[in-house]
Amino acid sequence: MIENIQLNSEGKLKHFLSIDGLNKTLLTEILDIAESFIGMNDQQIKKVPLLRGKTIVNLFFENSTRTRTTFELAAKRLSVDVLSMSIATSSTSKGESLLDTIRNLEAMFVDMFVVRHAISGAAHFIAQHTAPHISVINAGDGQHAHPTQAMLDMFTIRQVKQDFTNLRVAIIGDILHSRVARSQIQALNILGAAEVRVIAPKTLLPSHVESLGVNVSHDLTSGLKDIDVIIMLRLQKERMTSALLPSESEYFKCFGLTEAKLKIAKPDAIVMHPGPINRGVEIDSKVADGPQSVILKQVSNGIAIRMAIMAMAMQKQGAVG
Amino acid sequence: MNQILIKQGQLIDPANNINRIGDVYIAEGKIVSVTHEPAGFKPTTVIDATNKIICPGFIDLSTRLREPGQSRKATFKSEAHAAASAGVTTMCLQPDTNPVIDTPAVAELIKELAEKALYPQIYPIAALTRKLEGTELSSMLSLKQAGCIAVGNAQQAVKNLLILRRAMEYAASHDLLVMFRPNDYWLGNNGCAHEGAVATRYGLPSIPEEAETIALAQCLELVELTGCRMHFGQLSCKRSVIKIFQAKKYGLNISADVAIHQLHLTENDMIPFDSSYHVLPPFRTEEDREYLQQGLASGTLNSICSDHQPHDIDAKLGAFPETEPGVSSLETLLPLMLKLVEQGAITLEQGIAALSENPARVLHLNSGALTVGFAADVCVFDPELSWQVNADNWKSQGINTPFWGQTFKGRVTHTIQAGKMIYSLQ
Repeated sequence: MIENIQLNSEGKLKHFLSIDGLNKTLLTEILDIAESFIGMNDQQIKKVPLLRGKTIVNLFFENSTRTRTTFELAAKRLSVDVLSMSIATSSTSKGESLLDTIRNLEAMFVDMFVVRHAISGAAHFIAQHTAPHISVINAGDGQHAHPTQAMLDMFTIRQVKQDFTNLRVAIIGDILHSRVARSQIQALNILGAAEVRVIAPKTLLPSHVESLGVNVSHDLTSGLKDIDVIIMLRLQKERMTSALLPSESEYFKCFGLTEAKLKIAKPDAIVMHPGPINRGVEIDSKVADGPQSVILKQVSNGIAIRMAIMAMAMQKQGAVG
Repeated sequence: MNQILIKQGQLIDPANNINRIGDVYIAEGKIVSVTHEPAGFKPTTVIDATNKIICPGFIDLSTRLREPGQSRKATFKSEAHAAASAGVTTMCLQPDTNPVIDTPAVAELIKELAEKALYPQIYPIAALTRKLEGTELSSMLSLKQAGCIAVGNAQQAVKNLLILRRAMEYAASHDLLVMFRPNDYWLGNNGCAHEGAVATRYGLPSIPEEAETIALAQCLELVELTGCRMHFGQLSCKRSVIKIFQAKKYGLNISADVAIHQLHLTENDMIPFDSSYHVLPPFRTEEDREYLQQGLASGTLNSICSDHQPHDIDAKLGAFPETEPGVSSLETLLPLMLKLVEQGAITLEQGIAALSENPARVLHLNSGALTVGFAADVCVFDPELSWQVNADNWKSQGINTPFWGQTFKGRVTHTIQAGKMIYSLQ
């Protein structure tokens, strides 16, 4: 395997593209730095001058509300100048290539790109072809990775459960198309979770899913036994038209998380969801809004995690510490 | 008159069961002797082949030279030079040009381009169906008369089995060879990597081996039904090799090849998201690769093709699934074959036969051998000469190869096509 392009020669984070290839020390460092930022949410002045004078461009080739907003807020709280571009409707639809878009923005003296793209590998591609001083953070690429989401989920789990070593985590739903699930599975395994279980019909599982280091179940009822953390994934409507599932109602009947099903898991199990939620499709409103749900906590934690990752990736430029 | 003497080389000519030190005498474009000096022979050129191997020129069953339609990727001129430097003296051209090779006019244009590139032995493969769309038959007989050596589907799946049946029946009526890459449209749709652990890990749209094996199984049934002469190209997996083995044993009139890079690389060799590894069919598993090698050694797969697909830089510049598939592979054909010999997977005779005698048999050509009276298509190579795949040595306009920067052993020193020296290493 080649050198990890995410790390510089000193092993520090340069880009943040994927959880794959990072070690426990680095992931823990991200969580710890995020911890130090978390208090800021309650302060009157929610800003530190850590990255003053730096410029970040949010490049969203795919729509997003929460991820983009939390990246923007995270940047602003680090005193970075931030520019958000939705490119789905911008120049690339006029035939401008990905690389031309990047080159043009580079010419405007940018320090970091935060990239979301519908194709797996897009963030890697940009990281490989952008100027050496620029850091790239992957905000989701195709079905490959969504590492900042995975890290904010790890942060939320650690907040509630303190330690990963005894945890059994179930990820439920459309694993096949989920970049979030791939990154979560990698992070949980690196951080030493006791078990990662995926629960889905075969049509929503990648062919060699066991190779990711998970146990597989096709039944929610038996699959939830002994589970400490339940992660629900969003089900896209187009999975019905592509013959992956017969109907939303049958999916909810088999894999929807209801209060009754939740009782099968451990009594102190927490319920997570990367959002946006399809109420009544993958999760019942009573569960989503119930006492075991930490879904909104995940959203707030997203800011601190993204601050931590931005600060660390900028650190290699000598901007911090 | 042009007379060439190649002397004192290791003569390897599998078709004639020859493997000994010897000379080759060429006159009037033909092999005139491999044993003794013919009376009155006065060579205008003498090639000293001491410590080199003299073998038939290579016949490549699947190439793309990108003209007409995509000359930004490559031209006949650039690729003919690359082929000559690789010891290749005959090339079959896949029909997915732009326009598609589905009318005699396009076939004639290709013949003209080949003449202009001073590399006449380029044979177009005609499209099996009009525009390769799989809905109407192409004018196969007219295409044959215009110089097409076979009909084929290039990379396009034929969705409708009734159309495929009729195309095969029609081809059989005119004794046309069908060169087919089995690929189920729906199972292989939009994929860019083998459906395995690597595609799962990197979230890449995947192609199961069943996309190939199911289409192959269907096609084998149709071979029996239609009596069509069929050659399966660029097979990629274990179960395809098994199916070909069984079908041959059963008595079907079929043959099959494998692309050279499939004999060397697997999904695990892919550098994550490196588009130079984006090929169709995709690199599969170690077990598949072993079976492909064994299939070659046992003769189940009788030929090696380059499946040469040169690209411009932009075609490979992007996120992996969005890049164009294919490897520029003419120039690594010989060294990669020699590597198989070095690894003990095949013998040198088998490797040379898979590049000359066997493809000639598939195409019913009177070539691929150093037989007296045959057109003098000869390759002389130095099996010990090392060279690096780099800009100084590379001839193809497409530099899209996963082997870029690597050093190989084995280099062509002279290539003779129909008695004319088309390449000599400077």
